[in-house]
Amino acid sequence: MSVDYAPTLVAILFGIGFSCFFMALAVFLGPKRPDPEKLSPFECGSDPIGSPRVRFSVKFYQVAILFLIFDIESAFLYPWAALYRRLSCLGTVSGTQCLGTVTAFGFVEMLVFIGTLVVALAYVWRKRAIGWG
Amino acid sequence: MLEFLADHSAIAALLKVFFLLMAFVMPLASLSTWAERRQSAMMQDRLGPNRAEITIPGLGWTLRLWGITHFVADALKMAFKEDLVPSKVDRVLYGIAPIMAIAPVLITFAIVPFGSDLCVGKMTEIITSLEGCRRTIPLQVVRLDIGMLFYFALASLAVYGTTLAGWSSYNKWSLLGGLRASSQMMSYEVTMGLSLMGAFLYYGTLEPNAMVLAQGDNPLNWGLFYQPLGFILFLTAAIAETKRAPFDLPEGEPELIGYFVEYSGMRFGIFFLAEFIETIFLAAIVTTVFLGGWHVPGLHEDGFSFLKLPHIAVVLLRSAVWGGKILFLCWLQLLIRWTLPRFRPDQLMRMGWKQLLPLSLLNIVLTAAWVLWRSAH
Repeated sequence: MSVDYAPTLVAILFGIGFSCFFMALAVFLGPKRPDPEKLSPFECGSDPIGSPRVRFSVKFYQVAILFLIFDIESAFLYPWAALYRRLSCLGTVSGTQCLGTVTAFGFVEMLVFIGTLVVALAYVWRKRAIGWG
Repeated sequence: MLEFLADHSAIAALLKVFFLLMAFVMPLASLSTWAERRQSAMMQDRLGPNRAEITIPGLGWTLRLWGITHFVADALKMAFKEDLVPSKVDRVLYGIAPIMAIAPVLITFAIVPFGSDLCVGKMTEIITSLEGCRRTIPLQVVRLDIGMLFYFALASLAVYGTTLAGWSSYNKWSLLGGLRASSQMMSYEVTMGLSLMGAFLYYGTLEPNAMVLAQGDNPLNWGLFYQPLGFILFLTAAIAETKRAPFDLPEGEPELIGYFVEYSGMRFGIFFLAEFIETIFLAAIVTTVFLGGWHVPGLHEDGFSFLKLPHIAVVLLRSAVWGGKILFLCWLQLLIRWTLPRFRPDQLMRMGWKQLLPLSLLNIVLTAAWVLWRSAH
């Protein structure tokens, strides 16, 4: 069966176009009366001290890396979840019922996979990589 | 006319996305900016915004309506405010950031089914099922097998909007605010995906309309009763994702300087609006997965058992009830926002990684075991 992707493209173009329309409103309707004080960075009314390109806590990087790991691993679960009923049935599936022998194949596969996830989570937990302090 | 639309999916999609966004999402988002202030006022024993009114010229007659027209005044004010671009910002990224914040949530609305399929040519007849239809028009802009995956893929893009806004502004506070926001959004996005996994497993699909069809018109079969833990986990994680109280650490109106401090006028308005559209989208997803989507209790394809209805009436009634469910969930979010106090950053991280994530993994295992047990009996 061929999938019709044209509506997806329409939706994406419409979403981007609509957002750009809002930006255009800002650019074209608003008056422009710049002055140096108004355009300086906000720092509680005083002149900015130093550069804003400051060093920040490495914890932010850790969160980003953990997100990548766990989000990619969860992406592997989507096809498994969608096919779970078929994986756990050796006959044909009709609705929620399995006509044939029920097998724990899909369940065990998933347990192994989630088990690895839990081990990873326990490791970063112990290493105090998650949470603050 | 309808035959033409049934054959030309791209034109139909343009009409549907235009209708959905212009006639439902944008008005509701604008109204909820007013409703939020009015609701908070009621809960805090204040009057709130109730003064905006429209005077009809010539009649000397004013339209006040409890101040509902405040949102018109707010929108006009934002559009005509000075367009300020601070001198040291990275101009390209500074301009792109608001678009990156609002575009993903507008696009993801395409996967939400806002009504049941229209049977072309049998609008005024009473039909018992859609099987006799030669052509149908789905009341859903995009119907893809990967539906929910499309949503998660686009939702992750919204993180760029906040991070870029914080970084490009050339301001210490907005940089730190952007980092806070992005780490919060990333922490809860993992739980968001995993907490819905049980529902995907139960329905056996990732396609939103198929989930709605699987739930049926008996409210006891709706996802809420089969995935109660998943429902609570998803609602919590998704509210954290919208960055609203009790999770408003990235930006708290008077006291926490956030990632869009250098944005003003309509550019700020876009971030503001994106937040409200996200609450509506969250309501739409919860409705689809847990509250039966467009299903009306007891309403079959041919009407109620005691009252047969023509096809068009059934479809309209379903869409209206779908809108009602979303309004209810939006109101629930307002109530949560004004009831609970804000978390501390360490509590936020601890809850996301050490409580919600293990619980959502547990939910997957429990659901899988239950589905296996059910298919054996």
